[in-house]
Amino acid sequence: MIKTGAEILVESLKAENVEVIFGYPGGVMLGIYDTLFDADLRHILPRHEQGGTHAADGYARASGKVGVCFATSGPGATNTITGITNAHMDSVPMVVFTGQVPTVLIGGDAFQEADIIGITRPIVKHSYLVQDVDNLAQTIKEAFYIARTGRPGPVVVDLPKDVMAAKTKLKSDTKIDLPGYHPNYEGHPLQIKKLLKVIENAKKPVIHIGGGVIISEASEEIKKFSEKLHIPIISTFMGIGAIPTDHPNYLGWLGMHGNYASNTAITETDCLISIGTRFSDRSTGKIDGFAPNAKIAHIDIDPSSISKNVTIDVPIVGDCGKVMRQIFQYIDSYKWKKNEESRRKWLQETTEWNREKPFSYKHSEKVIKPQFVVEKISEITNGNAIITTEVGQNQMWAAQFYKFKHPRQFISSGGLGTMGFGFPAAIGAKIAYPDREVFDIAGDGSFLMNIQELCTAIQHRLNVKIAILNNKFLGMVRQWQHLFFNNRYSYTCLECQPDFVKLAESYGCVGLRTDKPEEVESVLKESMQIKDKPVVMDFAVDREENVFPMIPAGAALNEMIFDKR
Amino acid sequence: MRHIISILVENKPGALSRISGLFSGRGYNIESLSVGVTNDPKVSIMTIVTKGDDKIVEQIIKQLRKLINTLKVRDVTQIEHIEREMFLIKVQALPKYRSDIFNIVNTFRAKVVDLTGESMVIEITGTKDKNQAFIKVLEPYGLIELVRTGSVAIGRGNKATTDFTKQDTKQI
Repeated sequence: MIKTGAEILVESLKAENVEVIFGYPGGVMLGIYDTLFDADLRHILPRHEQGGTHAADGYARASGKVGVCFATSGPGATNTITGITNAHMDSVPMVVFTGQVPTVLIGGDAFQEADIIGITRPIVKHSYLVQDVDNLAQTIKEAFYIARTGRPGPVVVDLPKDVMAAKTKLKSDTKIDLPGYHPNYEGHPLQIKKLLKVIENAKKPVIHIGGGVIISEASEEIKKFSEKLHIPIISTFMGIGAIPTDHPNYLGWLGMHGNYASNTAITETDCLISIGTRFSDRSTGKIDGFAPNAKIAHIDIDPSSISKNVTIDVPIVGDCGKVMRQIFQYIDSYKWKKNEESRRKWLQETTEWNREKPFSYKHSEKVIKPQFVVEKISEITNGNAIITTEVGQNQMWAAQFYKFKHPRQFISSGGLGTMGFGFPAAIGAKIAYPDREVFDIAGDGSFLMNIQELCTAIQHRLNVKIAILNNKFLGMVRQWQHLFFNNRYSYTCLECQPDFVKLAESYGCVGLRTDKPEEVESVLKESMQIKDKPVVMDFAVDREENVFPMIPAGAALNEMIFDKR
Repeated sequence: MRHIISILVENKPGALSRISGLFSGRGYNIESLSVGVTNDPKVSIMTIVTKGDDKIVEQIIKQLRKLINTLKVRDVTQIEHIEREMFLIKVQALPKYRSDIFNIVNTFRAKVVDLTGESMVIEITGTKDKNQAFIKVLEPYGLIELVRTGSVAIGRGNKATTDFTKQDTKQI
């Protein structure tokens, strides 16, 4: 059958079971959009390409499927950069199709021309410039395959206008040809045995899980492993949700604003079993002080994550879930009785720490504490909502005070730390799960960064809830200025801001506001009654509340600062 | 320490920039880079000379392997190998010095490939050390231009350089 490039694109997306495209049209995309007009594919029009990429990202994180974006050439394509980098840092599967000027004009500084392949080279898993319509179907197939397999990540496919208009015979047997790409899923049996030997001899082992556990859906195996051997579990920020917050063996999450039990356990453990994590600087603190007494084993699908930041004693390259299942094949041939008593004692000791020093704050009757808002959201949604966050204090409080139950429930920009991520990501998550409650726990600064997406949300009647913890500051930066720069609040005060209620209403959304602690619950309850449109809640919170515990930059995990008040 | 890395890479547009960009983006240094098509026109071989401690070089190799277009990556310095670099040197050669220069060329087993009334172009292939020693001797005559290829390297023995395994490296 003879088809145009645009038709092949649509066919290929259907073949990949794409449910939704987050796209913004433009000059060189006219042909594609004309074809899309009659195609049976859901298309969401964000109001800025950055919003589109974050929505696709949120959709992918919530569903585990590949997020798909369209953007036009030049400025459309460059607007996707932050979203692509964000997905790259957090290993999110995404395929971003960008329009490009006709092949004959490439390199001539044509109108709306940008070398997007060059610009995105360091922030993609892979990228393609399609120069011949005959290669289009195979390229798209490879792009999706690369995005979702191995360590997932974003793939950019640049589509010149003339290639999309050109016609060719659509072959039915398109094959992937990637001789240099073979992700390794199975762990090496010898290494797995080595790992089990190390755990057998350990008295204070800790399981340390990251976002990779959520991506490979290994939560059940890890719970089972922990329960069988009585080993406490710590997650990274990206691993939040992999294990329910109230699981008896779960200590919490480690790092800069992690809890006492996690950071202390890492410091004291003699055997760290790290699974699906990349040892980011926010999670390790000073490297010399990270698990100083431990033999460290690392299970990860990306060989380059192993011994990159922290030197690993037992490396295992493989898919987290698959390796865990392999572990169970060998597990019974080890003498677990030998150190069982020590492990049980250690588990008890570490969970005790959590009771002694949980995440905490001082409640007030006079002013709304931001942590209180998060706690109430957790209560009212019964720990079942999908929570997205912006970046900064709102993000940390959401991570500290929401009681998560399931993987893929906590969606936050970990690696890149992108302000403005949470709200469009909430839109994406809501599209993936229209029947679930989706809350964006936001800051007043971050929310303004992609506020235009209110228009997208109302157009599609998406019932996402935005809870702004409004302190009229860039709170986290202000906190650092308070702690380390002598209270010199240089350009972090956001006293000039819109009336968020009226702003929401102007878009056709619902706006609610309170500054009274006793009204927080009723505002949240009122928001829960609204089912057919976005709700923006403006909580005027204690302006100078800080996030604790905190590990200053360059300090070790056991050098936590607590609230002095 | 100095390392020579041999990379088999798909001969596709942008593959070279992915590799060179990886070095600049992650702060690795490149002493030299040379690239050419192999016997299979779909595959190129690249030789990169870099400097770094073992940890950095291990990370460089892992990052290179992670690229979708790379087929095989091998640290050649870990195996027995031959390294060569070619220089083309344009040197002043007034008639009265010509025979002196010819003597030097013969001693170093270099080759004169062009000759004018007042200059010569000399081709020399060898290790970096040998080539540089040659340059040093020529310098007093007046160096006009120096063009170099960057190092290429190949493993000794039966196997192709990028087919050496970990076991092979241990024996050495």
